[in-house]
Amino acid sequence: MLSERRTLLSGRTRAALIIGAAAVYLLGVLIWGGLLCPDTYAVHYENKFIAPCRDHIFGTDFMGRDMFYRSVRGLSTSIIIGVLAAAVSSVIALIFGIASAVFGGWVDKVINFCVDLCMGIPHIVLLLLISFMMGKGVKGITVAVALTHWPGLTRIVRAEVLQIRSSQYVQTAYKMGKSRFNVAVKHIFPHVIPAYLIGLMLLFPHAIMHEAAVTFLGFGLPAEMPSIGVILSEAMTYIVTGKWWLALFPGLLLLLALILFDAAGENLKKLLNPMSGNE
Amino acid sequence: MENILEVKDLKLWFSMYERGFKKKNLEVLHSLSLELRKGEVLAVVGSSGSGKSLLANAVLGLLPGNARLSGEIVYKGMALDNKNRKSLLGREIAYIPQSVDYLDPLMKLGKQVQGVYGTKERQRELFEKYRLPLSTEKKYPFEVSGGMARRILVSSAVMGEPELIIADEPTPGLSADMAMETLMHFRELADKGAAVLLITHDIDLAFNVADRIAVCYAGTIVEIAPTSDFVSGKDALRHPYSKAFIDALPQNGFKPIGGSQPYAGNLPDGCLFAERCPYRSAECGGEIPMRELRGGEVRCVHAT
Amino acid sequence: MRLEAENISFRYNSKSPYVLKDLSLSIENGERVAVVGPSGCGKSTLAKILAGYIKPQTGRVLLDGKPLPEKGYCPVQLIYQHPELAVNPRWKMDKILNEAWQVPKELMDKMGIEEPWLKRWPSELSGGELQRFCIARVLSPETRFLICDEITTMLDVITQAQIWELLIEQAEKNSLGMLVITHNMALADRVCNRVIKLTE
Repeated sequence: MLSERRTLLSGRTRAALIIGAAAVYLLGVLIWGGLLCPDTYAVHYENKFIAPCRDHIFGTDFMGRDMFYRSVRGLSTSIIIGVLAAAVSSVIALIFGIASAVFGGWVDKVINFCVDLCMGIPHIVLLLLISFMMGKGVKGITVAVALTHWPGLTRIVRAEVLQIRSSQYVQTAYKMGKSRFNVAVKHIFPHVIPAYLIGLMLLFPHAIMHEAAVTFLGFGLPAEMPSIGVILSEAMTYIVTGKWWLALFPGLLLLLALILFDAAGENLKKLLNPMSGNE
Repeated sequence: MENILEVKDLKLWFSMYERGFKKKNLEVLHSLSLELRKGEVLAVVGSSGSGKSLLANAVLGLLPGNARLSGEIVYKGMALDNKNRKSLLGREIAYIPQSVDYLDPLMKLGKQVQGVYGTKERQRELFEKYRLPLSTEKKYPFEVSGGMARRILVSSAVMGEPELIIADEPTPGLSADMAMETLMHFRELADKGAAVLLITHDIDLAFNVADRIAVCYAGTIVEIAPTSDFVSGKDALRHPYSKAFIDALPQNGFKPIGGSQPYAGNLPDGCLFAERCPYRSAECGGEIPMRELRGGEVRCVHAT
Repeated sequence: MRLEAENISFRYNSKSPYVLKDLSLSIENGERVAVVGPSGCGKSTLAKILAGYIKPQTGRVLLDGKPLPEKGYCPVQLIYQHPELAVNPRWKMDKILNEAWQVPKELMDKMGIEEPWLKRWPSELSGGELQRFCIARVLSPETRFLICDEITTMLDVITQAQIWELLIEQAEKNSLGMLVITHNMALADRVCNRVIKLTE
């Protein structure tokens, strides 16, 4: 009697490979897009609306710009804004989450009220509002995304801190005469970090997608900046005339980036949790 | 007597991560063999980490995905595999879990006891037998006391009139009277012809109901003997570990031996107990087989 | 020295029934007192109150006539039933052992703590081994009373006997007072000088 289960690669190795692949792709797009010479997607009216071919693998748009280079550049912009906004958002979450759990009382109540408030309003409405108020553009969209993505992570951080604060070893540490600060630094903080990192990773795709969505609706980045939101929004005008490549390839590129960020986050969760590695 | 369950030379490995990405195979059960006869309660005792719960899980097919088994598990003469286990579990083979948390909190108790294969008549009959008021049928698990929940677990296990009952630590958290009562149900089931495998770390309780006791140590069985030998004290026992076990009970000597149970993955060759054994000799380094001795079985070359 | 509980009552909130009602007891140093009783009779709550983890609604806990200190090392220390929950799983054993004080090598040997264990993670040790660490780390000279809440219930009988042998030896050496919470009468008789029975 032999019950055996084989997989191609063991759980942990597979997780690490997926994270590696995602990191290579995303960093690649980010750096390549950032260093890309603007000539590669310059205006060439003589080449407008070329369907995907060997010279222009994603085709060209109404101004004859090469869609491949423009998409890479656009995705790079989106990733930068998304990551930046998510990072700011996660710092807010970390501070609020820890404060809420450590101080309790009215601080906890106020923070929880803000969390519920933010979560109660539809995300995209709040995004549009803040972005519009801040005067659109790079600044508007970054602030908007940063200010709307912290509630979920705040809850996670708060729950983690609360859970560890009531744990026996933290209670014992207090009784051993350790100060609050000592316990926070030595016990609580190291415990929160893994959950925080995973939460941060999973924020990235949200932030990027929302950046693209707000820009698509015309409340985000200006039209002259190559970004996936602008590209998709322009493509909508021409899609009825059969210029399918304008929307399809940039859309797929965005989708791939989101899926990879998500996969990297999920697999990071597996790697950081020692128990799941054996399954 | 007819053997209901036979476990022959059972070995179990887990594949685990050591550091980073290196995997290793950890042998946690080593050449474990036992027979369970019709109408008998066999208690398996041992400290945590001795493999007693793994044995139950192996028989029931509840092992996690990273486990590998070798050896034979035979139920009434046929090898138990995932296919026929499915048709036997819940009918001929019943499992009584460790905790009452295993009850579905959102399902009425009557329905839960009936399960997939039971009938309402049989359930009512069982409720009467286990002194559960008829109104319990319509209640949810949170509405009954711990003792009642325990009796409900027992009645759902015996719904299909099983021939093999596996109870994994059924008593922790119960008061002495309650624990005794639960165990008496097992005794009664065995007297009616079922075979009961009782896994417990509380040897005192095992004394009261078991016909035979198997002692687990570091993933193997070191001694199987009639309960009377355990009750009459350490001189009637065979293996030095069982003797030490009896000697350490608070009501006996309360005298511990030194050392601790070795780890899977860090086990000595030969006898697993040798390191702590007063009778250790050169022979203990070799392969130690299980052998018959004075109406029991022992895995020790020195036992007399 | 004496640890006293004066008429303590405790309940979780103003609507729930009392877990403990008007309970008084006192323990002298060098004395070992067992508290036995069925599950749910408030034994663990009593342990937490005596060690200052929770405050009773009425009554007080006095150490030598004074309330327990709020800050700094508490002379009354609690040892838990599940040692694996009482240690930080992200710390190595030597850090756990020396959290409160530098445990001398001599005491480590006496407690049966082996040198290589110090380099391991808590998940790599058994319950009995972890419990030795949990005991040794609170045996600092400042500790006057130990509250043991079912500390060997989860352990096998040999380890149980080992732990009590070591603990009694240390308690006698430092003339510690001990409150031993257990449901095992035989154990209570073996270990303690006096037995208190708690009912529901």
